[in-house]
Amino acid sequence: MADAVFLALSVITIGCAIAALEMRSLIYGSIALMGTLGGIAGFFFLLDAPFVALFQLAVYVGSIAVLILFTVMLVKRELIFKKIEDKRRKFAGIGLMLIVMVSLGAVFLDSGIKTITTDEPPVNFRDIGVDFVTYYWPALILMGLILAGSVTGAWY
Amino acid sequence: MTSELIDFSLVSVALLGIGIYGLAVKRNFIRMLFAVEIIINAANLNLVAFGRFLPHSGGQTLALFSIAIAAAEVAVGLSLIIVAYRMYQNVDVADFRSLKG
Repeated sequence: MADAVFLALSVITIGCAIAALEMRSLIYGSIALMGTLGGIAGFFFLLDAPFVALFQLAVYVGSIAVLILFTVMLVKRELIFKKIEDKRRKFAGIGLMLIVMVSLGAVFLDSGIKTITTDEPPVNFRDIGVDFVTYYWPALILMGLILAGSVTGAWY
Repeated sequence: MTSELIDFSLVSVALLGIGIYGLAVKRNFIRMLFAVEIIINAANLNLVAFGRFLPHSGGQTLALFSIAIAAAEVAVGLSLIIVAYRMYQNVDVADFRSLKG
């Protein structure tokens, strides 16, 4: 049974996600996206994952969302408010969204996920650090190279 | 925590649906990028939720990798938007036709 904080976060996150896509102004849409990303960080706090939550806030809200905002500001003013949409495409998109939501939701509800509960203590951030250094160090190095490559490529 | 795994999974499904709607309907390149970010965050939420309820550090670890890779993807995507805007003076993907055969 979901509690009040969870419900409030759900409303904020999903509402901001819809607003990010539907708001007429791209700048307000970018700010709504920040709200979505912050809501996800709130969910991470609820899931006893403070390290991931703060990483989400620092990287997604602090850098990615701000970078998107800067890019929006570089676009011509008229294009910020211009809505390019086809009504038939919109209704088809809504239909597709509902099909995906209902089918995946039905699969989740029919599966055994509802019975999964836990009394185990949450994962410690030290365990995450140990995992990074012992099991995932090649992926960590590769990720660093990918990040460096993408930033260099973006700069060019 | 009174919320269950199914609650987080359903929120993740809702966000996935919204992201798919954005990718399918929107022709503004920047809004499509918003939709991609929403989808990635839906996946991250699912990863961390499963990592909490089937206690395993892999959920959070993979979510951290995903966030870092998403940062790289956004950097590349935004640079593409800037270059495309310089070429076409527009962000409508229907106008980006230089690769059309």
